[in-house]
Amino acid sequence: MNDEFRYLLARAARGKLDRRAFLGRAAALGVTSTAATGLLSKAVLAQGPRQGGNLVMGLQGGESTNSLDPALAASQVPFIYLKVSGEPMVNILPDGSLQGRIAEEWSASPDATTWSFKIRSGVEFHNGQTVTAEDVAQTLRRHSNEESQSGALGIMRGISDISVDGDTLVLTTDGPNADLPYLLADYHLMIQPNGGMDDATSGIFAGAYKWVENEPGVRHVLEKFENYWDDGAGHFNSIEMLVINDATARNSALQSGQVQLINRVEPRVAGLLSRAPGVSVESTAGRGHYVFIMHCNTAPFDNNDLRMALKLGINRQDMVDRILRGYGSVGNDMPINASYPLFDDTIPQREYDPDQARFHYERSGHSGPIDLRVSDVAFPGAVDAAQLFKESASAAGIDINIIREPGDGYWSETWNVQPFCASYWGGRPVQDQMYSTAYLSTADWNDTRFFNDHFDELLLEARGELDQTRRKAIYSEMGMMVRDEGGLICPMFNDFIDAHNDQITGWVTNPNLELMDGLAPVLMWSAE
Amino acid sequence: MHPVLTLVIQRLALGLLLLLAASVLIFVGTQILPGDVAQAILGQGATEQALQNLRAELGLDQPAFTRYFEWLFNAVQGDLGTALSNGRDIASSISGRLQNTLFLASVAACISVPLAIFLGLLAVRYRDRWPDKLISAITLTSISLPEFLLGYVIMYFFSVKWGLFPSVSNINSGMTFFEKLNAVALPAMVLTLVVLAHMMRMTRAAILNVMQSAYIETAELKGLRRFTIIARHAMPNAIAPIVNVVMINLAYLVVGVVVIEVVFVYPGMGQYLVDHVAKRDVPVVQACGLIFATIYIGLNLLADIISILSNPRLRHPK
Repeated sequence: MNDEFRYLLARAARGKLDRRAFLGRAAALGVTSTAATGLLSKAVLAQGPRQGGNLVMGLQGGESTNSLDPALAASQVPFIYLKVSGEPMVNILPDGSLQGRIAEEWSASPDATTWSFKIRSGVEFHNGQTVTAEDVAQTLRRHSNEESQSGALGIMRGISDISVDGDTLVLTTDGPNADLPYLLADYHLMIQPNGGMDDATSGIFAGAYKWVENEPGVRHVLEKFENYWDDGAGHFNSIEMLVINDATARNSALQSGQVQLINRVEPRVAGLLSRAPGVSVESTAGRGHYVFIMHCNTAPFDNNDLRMALKLGINRQDMVDRILRGYGSVGNDMPINASYPLFDDTIPQREYDPDQARFHYERSGHSGPIDLRVSDVAFPGAVDAAQLFKESASAAGIDINIIREPGDGYWSETWNVQPFCASYWGGRPVQDQMYSTAYLSTADWNDTRFFNDHFDELLLEARGELDQTRRKAIYSEMGMMVRDEGGLICPMFNDFIDAHNDQITGWVTNPNLELMDGLAPVLMWSAE
Repeated sequence: MHPVLTLVIQRLALGLLLLLAASVLIFVGTQILPGDVAQAILGQGATEQALQNLRAELGLDQPAFTRYFEWLFNAVQGDLGTALSNGRDIASSISGRLQNTLFLASVAACISVPLAIFLGLLAVRYRDRWPDKLISAITLTSISLPEFLLGYVIMYFFSVKWGLFPSVSNINSGMTFFEKLNAVALPAMVLTLVVLAHMMRMTRAAILNVMQSAYIETAELKGLRRFTIIARHAMPNAIAPIVNVVMINLAYLVVGVVVIEVVFVYPGMGQYLVDHVAKRDVPVVQACGLIFATIYIGLNLLADIISILSNPRLRHPK
């Protein structure tokens, strides 16, 4: 790094030189833009956040039916406002490790069945009450109650007992679970006074921002909570979220400066938008994946040769190029990629191979068209992706018949009901959670009807295994099983594409979920 | 009783009957949608247990017949119930949305109705000459373009390029009247362009029709100025068809602008309704449907009555 570059970097970090000009001049000095961007964000972070200013966001994924009850949150806007106003037990850092929030520290019994969490002292709710271990316990009880409608019910299942010992919360699990603390990072599990048992929709949490106005589907206004415990987060004085479900309207609002941060930039306009003055498009490789799923127990998909033929008959790179416009990476017919901890990168990549596909197809003995059900609600571009699939498979002599389903009711009538359809998965923080959610024989959402006793045994073994090398080997074996025997055709992992303008700074790449795992409004700061 | 009064009462009664029929239709429509409320609320992530719990809590295990009549009796008393999906009081949620919708519709109507009628008169005055052709060309072009495209084009120039008006028309109660006007400038502009052609063409056609009459010839021979003939003598006789078209367009401005609401992020009734349809929130859909039907039927009723009153032959039947 020469002196001139260092000088430019310092100026850019202080906001005296805009990002675009900095990248241009860095390129002139022979520094690639990727390297320069990396160094710049480091330098900006080193400069430290500034307090003050107001953030206005334009967000996709809000409806007038949204509720402040964390249990009912299911779309993007509730996810973001819960992340901004709520405080969870732990957060998952970009590198996959855990950061204690309301939980200050934690430890497991040697057999990994009993976990103790020490509750941080001096954390306050927005109504002035102090957060106690009892509040935490009540919150977890509400979400694990079979009668609750919580989206987190599935992940709370394995917890058999919740108890309080002074300022310590003790969780007992049915079987050993080395990943238990990760489960508590779920965005539904925001701690509420008395667990929200009195009033789940009060909007009283312990997060960096407290509620001012709540107009579901229109706008949400929050202001800084003055007694927030962590000085390292919550730099803006206020946050306003405008629900802008239309993609073009979102882009225009960012370009005209009405909002400073948007989510869900469409891949086809991301390139254009990044050339607009003062706008940075942030693309993050995550764990979300777009899939076609077959029921392994339903004819004709109960034949592994047929499943293999379809897996070999899809052109993954073509889909990444055309459906994701390059904002993503190829999948490998398992739900895991390099964004997960303990990923085995030696597993060979499956390629498009019409000859092999034809071989397996003929061996399966199947003939006639295969119905594939799609809708664009399955994932953006699903119908186009199905067309590409049909085309690439026909080179192997496989006839795919595309049936377009109505978007309305797709998740209740088609997904997890029909034997072959398009879908997506948002990914989970750890492999255990992903596999337990959708690949364990007894999982509610076993949407590929993958029933494999050996796989289930391995999953339970890995869950209780504290030796990371051994665990990685087990996960590798499980990945291979899903890849070679499962009903999942995973052509691509999509990137999260968000964008902000140069009035705010402090972006950090976070593979967990969009907008820096929903924490962008809390962790970024005003550049002016 | 005066025959006009009888006629008006008849119309009103017919309107109420229509309203009732509309509410039944809406209810049946929501019943035959695929999927159920519980599944739609909890989304892809719903487990069977959670679904059952939610269904029981929402009273969805009751027969549809019972639910419909319970709702209807409450609605007549002004209680629209609470939304199934987020537990908010429907009447209070809707009132804000309805005010916003009516505000945008009135702004658009205040611009478009006088403008359309004036342009119609102008087109008749310069019939088949360039002003007529220019007016027709522009209005027909704007009505032929899909409204979201018009919205995007206008947004690109007036907001992104020139920075004159905001592209996000989000209004809230804390804003002054002029701030609100500024916020809705772009959607009002698009709506004006969308409804202009229909009203303008109807005005033009209706007046041209009257212009064939003998009494117009008399007025011409009397030596009146051409524009005076059109505005003072031809227009009153052409009011009935014009009022009908104006009312249809006003109704459209209230009930049919969901696309514009989405493009400009305007918190009106349309988006509110669509969100709740997607969630199978029957009480809200019913309430919105009833309000929309009331507005539609009411405006058409008004059009009928104005046509009757404007026509001496109907006003004084033999």
